[in-house]
Amino acid sequence: MKNEIHPVQVVLYEGLGAEPWERECRIGVAGTLLDQGYSVLRITARTDSAAAPRTAEGIPFVVLGRFEGAPPEIIDGAGGRSVATRDVAGLDAPGIVALVAEARAELGAGLNEPGGQGAWKPWFPVIDYDRCTNCLQCLSFCLFDVYGIDEEKRIEVRNNDNCKTNCPACSRVCPEVAIMFPKYSAGPINGEAVRQEDVARESMKIDISSLLGGDIYSSLRNRSEKAKSRFSKERSPDKALNERKRCLTQLQKSGLIPAEVLAELDLASLPSPEEIQRKAKELAAMRAEA
Amino acid sequence: MNDTPAAKILYCRCAFAQVVPATTKDEVLAGLCAAETPFESFADLCEMSARRDPRLAEAIAGEVPVRIAACYPRAVKWLFHQAGAPFPDDDRVEVLNMRDTPAAEVVASLLGSGKEPNPSEP
Ligand code: SF4
Ligand code: SF4
Repeated sequence: MKNEIHPVQVVLYEGLGAEPWERECRIGVAGTLLDQGYSVLRITARTDSAAAPRTAEGIPFVVLGRFEGAPPEIIDGAGGRSVATRDVAGLDAPGIVALVAEARAELGAGLNEPGGQGAWKPWFPVIDYDRCTNCLQCLSFCLFDVYGIDEEKRIEVRNNDNCKTNCPACSRVCPEVAIMFPKYSAGPINGEAVRQEDVARESMKIDISSLLGGDIYSSLRNRSEKAKSRFSKERSPDKALNERKRCLTQLQKSGLIPAEVLAELDLASLPSPEEIQRKAKELAAMRAEA
Repeated sequence: MNDTPAAKILYCRCAFAQVVPATTKDEVLAGLCAAETPFESFADLCEMSARRDPRLAEAIAGEVPVRIAACYPRAVKWLFHQAGAPFPDDDRVEVLNMRDTPAAEVVASLLGSGKEPNPSEP
């Protein structure tokens, strides 16, 4: 994965041995930290001891409280974790948020901050296995290796980060309406319950394989082979890129890829003709096995 | 006070998208912060799922009821599954949809001490 950052865990400790916070301060701190990409756990006197703060492997912890005495014990889930404890008595919400940033820097922990430069927006397909029939059309369709096959030969989402932000094209390919993008605007792709009309509509939609005159991979492979032979003769990388762009434009015209997604695609990041050939071979093998 | 085990509460901020109305997200968080109840909250459950974050499995482990304020239950159920933390087969885990449920209703369901009595029952 390109981005391995797990959100830093902040604990608002208002349990035994600590003063409760004012409501507004709690709202301000929790809301701001969540908007910045942190996870926030609130502990109160009602928290049963089984839910005491517990670190998980590799996840930095920042514990905040108005402690009356010694700060609470943190159960170390994995041994030797990064934990910072801060007394926030006398600080207002912005002061507390600033203190968390300092503690995070001290722990050397990264943050995938929403809206931040280079942040990764979590956009990827989610499969509803109550609906999926394992037809593998999504695997065949996706050019970016987002899908794979698990040990039980079932389709799985393997490389979330390869998915093109805001592109829901593969959900349109699924004949069972089994692919969701939870951040999509409309149902049933956003996870809304699937209605009979949705299924009927899906069964009438354009067959993706006919779109490019046959199986998408063999089509792309043929195109890429032609492109490759021209490529080797003409030594023109632009031609190969244009070839791929033409395929994608066709998909966009059919409404499968939003125009703005296509416009943003970095064509140089598209799979090379060799990669397309490799994927086509792999896919044929997987289909034979599944 | 009753003997029903307190439900564990999870809240998703959906911080990377605007699909949950901001007022609903804010009002639900304010409702949680106004109560004495502990809760766990995530900037973005989708991100946690993509990272296969171990906190998801921990959050729904055990026997206590779990209530999750996020988006469509079908999406949330399979996001947990994709993270290697499938929901139990019973109805112990409940998902409240902030995309199309008023905040007050979500807060009442999160903080309720058990199943709401059905008013049509005698
Ligand atoms: S296209 Fe749909 S039904 Fe077919 S394997 Fe993919 S998710 Fe499952
Ligand atoms: S689970 Fe739903 S509410 Fe939470 S981040 Fe994903 S899309 Fe947003």
